[in-house]
This record gives sequence, C-alpha cells and structure tokens, in this order.
Amino acid sequence: MDKILNSKRIIIIVIVTIALILLMGMSIILGYTDTSMMLTYEAFTSFDGSNEHLIIQTVRLPRALIAAGVGTSLAIAGVYMQTLTKNPLASPGIFGVNAGASFAVVCAISFFNVSSLSAFTWVSFLGAAVAALAVYVVGGVGRQGLTPMKITLAGAAITALFSSFTQGILVTNEAALDEVLFWLSGSIQGRKLEMLVTVFPYLLIGWLLALVMTPMMNVLAMGDDVAKGLGLKVGLLKLTVGLIVILLAGGSVAVAGPIGFIGIVIPHIARSLIGTDHRWLVPLAGLLGGALLLAADIGARYIVMPQEVPVGVMTAFIGTPFFIYIARKGFNKG
Amino acid sequence: MRGYRSIRIGKDKISLLLDKNALVKLMFLVMITLVIFIISIGLGQVKVHPFTVISLLFGGGTELDQLVVYQLRLPRIFAAMLVGMGLAVAGGILQGMIRNHLAAPDTIGVTAGAGMAVVAFLWLFSDEKYSLIVSIKWLPVAAFVGASIVAFAVYFLSWKDGVTPIRLVLIGIGISALMQAGTTMFMVLGPIYMASQANIWITGSLNSVTWEEVNVLFPVTVVLLILAFISSRHVNVQALGEDIATGVGSPVQRHRFILLMISTGLVGTAVAVAGGIGFVGLMAPHMARKLVGSSFGSLLPVSAFIGAILVMLADLIGRTLFLPSIVPAGVFTATLGAPYFIYLLMKTKTG
Repeated sequence: MDKILNSKRIIIIVIVTIALILLMGMSIILGYTDTSMMLTYEAFTSFDGSNEHLIIQTVRLPRALIAAGVGTSLAIAGVYMQTLTKNPLASPGIFGVNAGASFAVVCAISFFNVSSLSAFTWVSFLGAAVAALAVYVVGGVGRQGLTPMKITLAGAAITALFSSFTQGILVTNEAALDEVLFWLSGSIQGRKLEMLVTVFPYLLIGWLLALVMTPMMNVLAMGDDVAKGLGLKVGLLKLTVGLIVILLAGGSVAVAGPIGFIGIVIPHIARSLIGTDHRWLVPLAGLLGGALLLAADIGARYIVMPQEVPVGVMTAFIGTPFFIYIARKGFNKG
Repeated sequence: MRGYRSIRIGKDKISLLLDKNALVKLMFLVMITLVIFIISIGLGQVKVHPFTVISLLFGGGTELDQLVVYQLRLPRIFAAMLVGMGLAVAGGILQGMIRNHLAAPDTIGVTAGAGMAVVAFLWLFSDEKYSLIVSIKWLPVAAFVGASIVAFAVYFLSWKDGVTPIRLVLIGIGISALMQAGTTMFMVLGPIYMASQANIWITGSLNSVTWEEVNVLFPVTVVLLILAFISSRHVNVQALGEDIATGVGSPVQRHRFILLMISTGLVGTAVAVAGGIGFVGLMAPHMARKLVGSSFGSLLPVSAFIGAILVMLADLIGRTLFLPSIVPAGVFTATLGAPYFIYLLMKTKTG
C-alpha cells in the first residue's frame, strides 16, 4: 500500500473518531430532560445532587457508553462473520446468534429465576455459542459445504426456531413477558453502568483478539486453500474467529438485548470507505458501529416523545433497506 | 409406465397421470386424519367416547355433549385441519418454486408480516382505556392484508429483470426482520395486556376459533387448494429450474407470480385465523416427499393431509396434556419442526 492511501485512511479514522466523540457528547446532552455542556461538566466536577446532575450521571452517561461499546462490538463481529463465511449478508442478527442468546436469557429468567448480572452474561454467551454453532454446522452439511445461500437460510431457520421457543415460554409466563419485553426488543435505555462493567472484560478481550487477528484475516479472505498453502492453521483460525464473534455478539446481547443490522450495514460502509484490508477495516468498522448506534439511540428518543422507540427497532428501520440493497446486488460483488 | 394410469377426458383436453402408489398412501393419510379428527373431538376437559362422537356427528347424544362438540371443539378442529392443509400446500409450492428445501412461509416473511399487522391493528384501534374501538372480527382481515402486503413487497423488491428464487428468499429474510422489529415496537408502545394477547397470537393458537371464522376459512382455503392442485404441473416445471422451464415453453415469470399469489392466499387465511403456526409449511412437504417422491401432482395433496395431521395433533396436545394451562399449538409445531428440519439437513446430500 502506498503512503498517500494510508494517509487518506488515517484521515478517515480521525474523522470518524471525532464524530464518535461528538455523538457521545450529544447522547449525554440531548433528551427529554434538557441539559447542556456546562451542566454535564459540573455534574462530574461539582456534583450538587440536582435532578439534572443525577440524570447525567446515572442515566445518560451509562447509556452513551453502552451504545458505543455495543455498537463497536456488533460491527466488529459483523466484519469477522462476513469474512469467515464469505457471505456479505452475515451478521449476528441474521445468523440466529441474537435469537439464541435471547432464548437462553428468557429461559434463565422464567425457569431458574436468574437475576444476577454475571449469570445473565454467561447464559447469554451460552445461547449465542449454541446458536452460532448450530447455524454453522447446519449450514455446512451437504456436498457443497458452506454456501452463502445455505448458511443464510440455516440462520433464518434457527432464528425462527429460537424465537418461537421464546414466545412459547413468554405465552405461558406473563410475568416474565413484562420483565423481558423491553430487553427483547433491543434497548439500551435504563441499563445500569454495572451491566457494562460486568460484560466489558469480555468485550475488551474480543476487541483485542480481533485487532491481533487482522493480518491473518487478510490471508483467510483469500480462501481456505490459499491460507492453508501459506502455512496458516485454518481450523484453529476459524475457531478463534468463532470465539471472537461469540464474545462480542453474546456480550452485546447480554447488555442491550438483540440489536440487529449494525453487523451488516457497518462492515459494508467501512469497506467502501477504506478497502478490504482488515488492519484498517476492523478499527474503522468498530468506530463506525459505535457512532451509528449512538446516533440511532439519540433518534429513538425523539420519534415518539415522551415514549421511546427501542433502539433495536431503529437499527432495523435503518438496516433493512440496506440489506435489501445488498441482496439485490447479489453475492458476487460483496 | 407401471404403477401409473393415464386418464384422458374430452378429446385429450384434460389428461393426467394417476400415481397408484401415491393414491394408496393418500387414502391412508385421509384415514389417519379422520381418526385423529374423531379422537380429538372426544378429548378435553369433558371426555366423549369415540363411538359417541360418531353418533353425535349424526345428530345423537346428550345435550351437554352436543354443546361441547358443536360449539367448542368442532370449529377449532376444523380450523386446525384447514390451517394445516393451507400452510403445508403453500410451503410445498414455495419449495418447488424456489427450489430450496428450506423455503417456507416463515422464512420468506409472510408470517411475520401478518404478525406485525395484527399488533399494529391492536395498537391503532385501542382507546385510552385499552379496549378495542372496532370489532375484533376485523383482526383476521388485518392479518391477511399484512401477509399480502409483505408478499407483494418481497416480490417487487426482488424484481430485477425477473425474480430469482435466491433473491426472493434473501429479501424475504430481510423484510421478515423488519416486520419483527415493527412488531416489538408496537408491543413496547402498547399496554402490557396487549403485548401478551398479541404474543399468544404470534405464537399461533386455535383457542378462540368460532364457527364464524371457519365459515370464512373453509371456502377460501378449499378454492385455493383446488387452484393449487390444478397448478401443480406448473410447480413441476418450475422445479426444473429457470432455464429448462423456459426451454419447455413455460411462461416462467407469470407462473411464478400466480404460484406466489396462491401460496400467499393460503398462508394469509391460515395465519389470519390461527396466527403464526410455524414450521408446518417447512415440514409437511418434506415428509410428503419422503412418502411419494417429488412429483407435485401427488406431493401437494399428500402434504396437505400431513399438514392437517400435524396441526390437529399440535392443537390436541396443547389443550389436553398441560391442563389447566393451554399451550399454543405453534409451540409444538416448532418443537417438532426444528429438530426434524435439522435432521433433514444432515441427511440431505445436495444443497
């Protein structure tokens, strides 16, 4: 890669980083209760116990941090899934990972009365892992192996399976429905900071692993045979990618519930901005993912004020047209 | 051809091949359907002996038995049968047309569209005290409209010099996700009682079916089923793939559209009455294929009866095994359908 291109890439990364920081600031300031920059600053330097200060410290700040963290994780998970399956439509939502984690959490709430946050996280990881594995295995059987078409359909079927189980449980247990409905729709409203703190270590491991793996992903993207020929342990590599996806997607679902489409939209935008080199692609996708989820969350506060639209619904509204566009374009270009 | 008999009527204007083997199996399935029909009329909180059931159907029996059977059980069992048939045939058509065994009304988003329409309906037509301002009878209409809109949307969004099956499925999956998002949005915005009501409906249940609904369901389903059986030869051609279908002189796109409309109609009416009973459209055609092979002339009728049996059994289990709580039939079809589906995938050698 020549230098000019790299400097252009650095500029893009810097711009997106600034946008991310700005959006975080807006996410703290904007909303039903009016606050300002000054007020935010005071809330942390000279906390006086007023309503606005309380809201900033206990509601707005956690929300902004969670949006950024979850968005970043989902976007990176999306990039890795798309490279692993060579499917431009791959993402945690479409592949049943979200549905699996939701099912596991609903099970835990209604059958085992689980309410501790760390248990939530583990259960969610488990569900995500089971669903991801199921889709991968189901999509990979047969003579042709993992065709993009088959794995997408397998994902849709596994999603349908898990969501009808979830609904079945909720139908027989109305109290649980009340408790988990908002979580199920994918929302980062009213989440406490401890939730993020519980999950954060896993997300961080996922991010770091993802960054370390980028050179190898470049090789894997050239195809299994080439990667093998160049001396990579493809099986081990794929397993690690699977682990990253489960850490990031499972962790995100544990905090925010199933939020779809970030994992599809962001990798494509990032690729068109910066190219397919994973060393650049992964960081940019992470930053963009955080920014998009922050923006979607800010939008969610204004659409039906004073009520809020779950942010998972917002991302679906943004993402579906994009999904259709990619599906129409076909698999070959990606 | 041994095992086949050809029938020609009216100077060869109408001619068809009867597969004797399939005919025997079809008769067998009809028998099973009848037996389940009679048994499931008898079972429930008030038990009625099968022989009494038969005499009841011909006008005998006590008044209490009459009431239970005619007012409570018969409509829902009829509905279960028709819904099962509709979903199964719709699934069979879609699988033939899309040439993929994983295609089904659930995967291309038609069911999700109907679900969203129902939730939107409940939300739009409730007043501040959360009671409906229009008759609940309009609910099935809303479901049907939702299913049709989604089917059309998926079809037209997939259009790019014609519709390819792959695009149809992918766009269906996308639209399906959008519909689910819409459904959760309305559920979150609305009151919690509505969410639980809508949730039962989305899971698929035959609990509140009355004769009124059966009276609508019956003629529509029967007409569409007949249309489907007549068009089964077109499905056969479609299943060969676009190139061959064009080569043998079939107007591929037009037939594709007609077939899509028939299956949407079937799904729409079924979903309107019973909600999103999943996996029947996926399972039944597969089972039928195992029994009679993949010629759609025999496949569609056979899968219709398998579908009927599946939904009737799911409903029977749901309302008898877990008394006093009644579990929606959709939960059982999913429990049965998903493992079956995975087993099928494991066994299928070709994609």
